[in-house]
Amino acid sequence: MKVYAIAINTFKEVIRDKIFYSLVFFALLLLGASVLLSTLTLGERSKIIEDLSLSGIEIFGVIISIFVGIGLVNKELEKKTIYIIISKPIKRWQFLLGKYLGLSLVLLSYVAVMTACYMFFLYMYTNKLPWQTLMAVLLIYVELLVVTASAVLFSTFSTPTLSASYALALYVIGHMTGDLRGLAAKTGQAGARAVLNFIYYFLPNLEDFNIKARTVHAMPIPLDYLLMSISYGLMYVMAILSLSVLIFQRRNFK
Amino acid sequence: MIRTEGLKMEFRVGFLRKRVVALKGLTMEVKKGEVFGFLGPNGAGKTTTLKILMGLAHPTGGAAWLMGRPLSDSSVKRKIGFLPEQPYFYDYLTAAEFMDLSGRLFGMRNKERAARAGELLDMVGLSHAKNLQLRKFSKGMQQRIGIAQALINDPELVVLDEPMSGLDPVGRKQVRDIILGLKDNGKTIFFSTHILPDVEVICDRVGILVRGELRAMGTVGELISGTRVKSVEMTFKDVSGENLSRLENMASGTVTRGSETTATFNDPEAAGKAKRLVFDSGGEIISLIPHKSSLEDLFMEEVGKKK
Repeated sequence: MKVYAIAINTFKEVIRDKIFYSLVFFALLLLGASVLLSTLTLGERSKIIEDLSLSGIEIFGVIISIFVGIGLVNKELEKKTIYIIISKPIKRWQFLLGKYLGLSLVLLSYVAVMTACYMFFLYMYTNKLPWQTLMAVLLIYVELLVVTASAVLFSTFSTPTLSASYALALYVIGHMTGDLRGLAAKTGQAGARAVLNFIYYFLPNLEDFNIKARTVHAMPIPLDYLLMSISYGLMYVMAILSLSVLIFQRRNFK
Repeated sequence: MIRTEGLKMEFRVGFLRKRVVALKGLTMEVKKGEVFGFLGPNGAGKTTTLKILMGLAHPTGGAAWLMGRPLSDSSVKRKIGFLPEQPYFYDYLTAAEFMDLSGRLFGMRNKERAARAGELLDMVGLSHAKNLQLRKFSKGMQQRIGIAQALINDPELVVLDEPMSGLDPVGRKQVRDIILGLKDNGKTIFFSTHILPDVEVICDRVGILVRGELRAMGTVGELISGTRVKSVEMTFKDVSGENLSRLENMASGTVTRGSETTATFNDPEAAGKAKRLVFDSGGEIISLIPHKSSLEDLFMEEVGKKK
């Protein structure tokens, strides 16, 4: 009930923010541009639209996750609205979880609206509905959940600018952990291999959530792969949020 | 209702982690049903104390109890209402939505929430603005919605941080009336302020905090009793010539307007002599006002004292 109250409030907060709309506007612009670009290509126009649109949904989703995510806690601290909330009978973990769920709900609406627009454009221009790409959208959403959780984690102990840099770095490195592992296999030094392997297992493997190309080219995606990736993402979210709560619990509000 | 024992708070600030002591072992008690004014200049540690009591900051030493329970027991928050200093609210919410959110955090039911919110918005005179977003509120309105949200759960203990700051005289009177109304309903009110005239009017007891130390605690009467009459101001008329210049010599200052003269005497004895002289010379006394030390004098004295 209390988590729900905070989540709904956070949803209203983001939805009534102009920055959110400008990001959505640019994301839609990219979808439109993908249709335009597809006219310049030879061969299958739909692949261009699908590829660009899915990437656009992901990139703008990540931007929203990081920049709105770091503000979730920081804005409350900065504007001291948190005083009003924490002085009421609500636990700090309920507050943090509510904030997180609120933004997850916003991201869900964002992904849903964008996907609907993308499917609509595609249908208009190619008369086809690529249902298999919805699996890619699903995993993009799971990835956004992981990125948002990391943004929340960083913002519980750091300044907004640093939090944004950390979260962005995590996103980029998260997509390259496969390379880290490759490097670990090739390096001769045992110490370096241990460090690289540790980073590989410790950081989220975001490439796991990237099945855009495979769905666009209609390659089969096994169901257990899909379920494993979703469970992996949700477990990672729970771990990051637990860590955030541990840090947030000890914090003094200035 | 509130008890603290040796409450300490230290901060580390800046790159060099310089130690700043905000509270140096605060021991005090607020009793049930009283209005307690927590006074002190800016930076004395008032807000820090309130933050510790509200669970917003963790003390580095000492202990505190709310309604007999230690601070770690957050279940007492159910019976507490809190208004932070210069409150900021969620700009994007309307007054009604904000009250609803506050009620939800207390786990109140839908009907109860709506009824209570309406009642309180009415009490603080904001019913007309209930569908207005909070960012369009003036400072006085913000302070009033802040008080309304603090009362949503019908608390037994109301804690207000600087409830009168930034308000005009009308707003201050409204806040004063609200506090007195709460007291009549048997609530305990603990508030910090540096607006002293209000304190004399509404507080049962006060505590004066200076640089993290409690310098004085007691009823306003107790604190300023024993303080002597500081000066006497006498206004008289129809005294002239030599008698008038004798009076002027006895007084520490005089102002003459037409046939009326106002003289200030530094001690009551001189004023007594002067009074007789006015009668003897056939003059008339219009007013005679003794000035006693006020809470403000005591406050200034405590703030000025070195440790």
